[in-house]
Amino acid sequence: MLELKDVSLTIEGEKGTVEILHNINLTLEDRRFYVITGPNGGGKSSLAKLLMGIYRPTSGRIMLDGQDITDLDITERARLGVGYAFQQPPRFKGLTVKELLQLAAGKNSPGNVCNYLFDVGLCPQDYQDRDVDASLSGGELKRIEIATLLARKLKVALYDEPEAGIDLWSFGRLTETFKALHKKNGTTIIIISHQERILSLADELIMIADGTVREKGTKEEIWPLIMDEIGCVCSKDCIERADNNAECNR
Amino acid sequence: MLSAIDKRILAQVADLHEIPQGAYNIRKNGMGVQRNSTANIEIKAKEDKPGIDIIVKPGTKGESVHIPVILTAEGLEDMVYNTFEIGEGADVLVVAGCGIHNPGSEKAEHNGIHEFFIRKGARMRYVEKHYGEGEGTGKKVLNPRTVLHLEEGATAELELVQIRGVDNTKRYTEARLERKAHLVITERMLTHGDQYAESDILIELTGEDATTQVISRSVAQDRSKQIFYPRVVGQNKCRGHVQCDAIIMDEAQVRAIPEIAANHSDAQLVHEAAIGKIAGEQIIKLMSLGLSEKEAEETILQGFLK
Repeated sequence: MLELKDVSLTIEGEKGTVEILHNINLTLEDRRFYVITGPNGGGKSSLAKLLMGIYRPTSGRIMLDGQDITDLDITERARLGVGYAFQQPPRFKGLTVKELLQLAAGKNSPGNVCNYLFDVGLCPQDYQDRDVDASLSGGELKRIEIATLLARKLKVALYDEPEAGIDLWSFGRLTETFKALHKKNGTTIIIISHQERILSLADELIMIADGTVREKGTKEEIWPLIMDEIGCVCSKDCIERADNNAECNR
Repeated sequence: MLSAIDKRILAQVADLHEIPQGAYNIRKNGMGVQRNSTANIEIKAKEDKPGIDIIVKPGTKGESVHIPVILTAEGLEDMVYNTFEIGEGADVLVVAGCGIHNPGSEKAEHNGIHEFFIRKGARMRYVEKHYGEGEGTGKKVLNPRTVLHLEEGATAELELVQIRGVDNTKRYTEARLERKAHLVITERMLTHGDQYAESDILIELTGEDATTQVISRSVAQDRSKQIFYPRVVGQNKCRGHVQCDAIIMDEAQVRAIPEIAANHSDAQLVHEAAIGKIAGEQIIKLMSLGLSEKEAEETILQGFLK
């Protein structure tokens, strides 16, 4: 179980101090699938980075299974079972896909990383010896990033907009895959997303806006409340042009 | 007889744990100590100056030549001229490399001048590793000079590696490529402390459809300084690509000055150069997989210099 108690985050920016998150209180249960959504700039990614230890809260505490992890660094939290899939994963010259996945899986795991690549829809034969560098497309890199989390035994798996760059048809299959995999380890899954298809997979939705938790509840409760706020900005045009048969992906 | 130190250095520079199979020449402290020729590869001492001639018979396939050099004494300035004749259609591996164990406070220096004649359609892979160690304050200096002549359809792949321990190096590499010849130079370097490294490469593409690729990857740590000066000149319809990539750390300094010159309208030449720190995101990603900051940094550098 992951708990945030009165967590606030302020960052020193060019224009002075900016409050990114304000008094966040959240309890996230094991084996639950949460989707965090909300407008851009609302603090969603900052919240994920706080949980991974990339940012430290200005005030408040973060607890993992009753242990205070507020002052633990990234490595220590990773070793406790927190994982984070980047929105824009970094590239590494000279590091192969296989090597990256082996680092993720840890020293004591079997050397075979094929399954994790299968799970994200990549052919292991084609990909495992490739470098994680600029030769990979954005979508390939995102899939490999997801595989680095699948390779680990996690208590908390954070995915920051994992669908970006991955075609939606494959992504539907992908979400089912990691849902099933994490269930095995009792992982808490937290996905930041705007995609209705991903929102519909969630046990619970959390809406973050203006640095606060605006709503939290089951998708049946939340969806009608937040639809207007995160709803499509082009909905008016969309309705007017409905006869053009553009497929709505929301 | 080779001592334990000699053997360790041989393992570092030539991946040799035993006396090699095939043709070899081991040079220690300015003198040849062991040599072996084979039916297809002849190694003989030069008569007019220090050094050896290595003659590979035309059509020799799948054989290798090891010519490591070790320096284990201080105050030594070793100068050697080696000439390689790689016969038509041959396909061989040449492993050179120099290791210095400098026990004292005086300089130990090795200057190797290698000239290669790679005949029509021949292929050569050349691996040169430089390594220095020693408990004393004496400088370890290595100045290799490599000159290559590639005849029609010849291919050469050079892997030049200097990882740690060499205080001062000035490398000079020069190549001339005839029609359809192909040359790949991969350079990997790590300097630290107050080391200085300079690499000067000049490749002239004289024949039609000659191609070359220069890939330089380096890491500069502490207060070390590196200068790269790769140049490709296109005299004909040809293709050339130069890529210099450096990771800079601490108070190190790196200069990369790639130059391409086209003297023919069908010459296609490209250069790229980049110098930068390890990206913070890379460290964070690896830490989020459970590596410590130091392990993350080492993993990134190791991959980069692989």
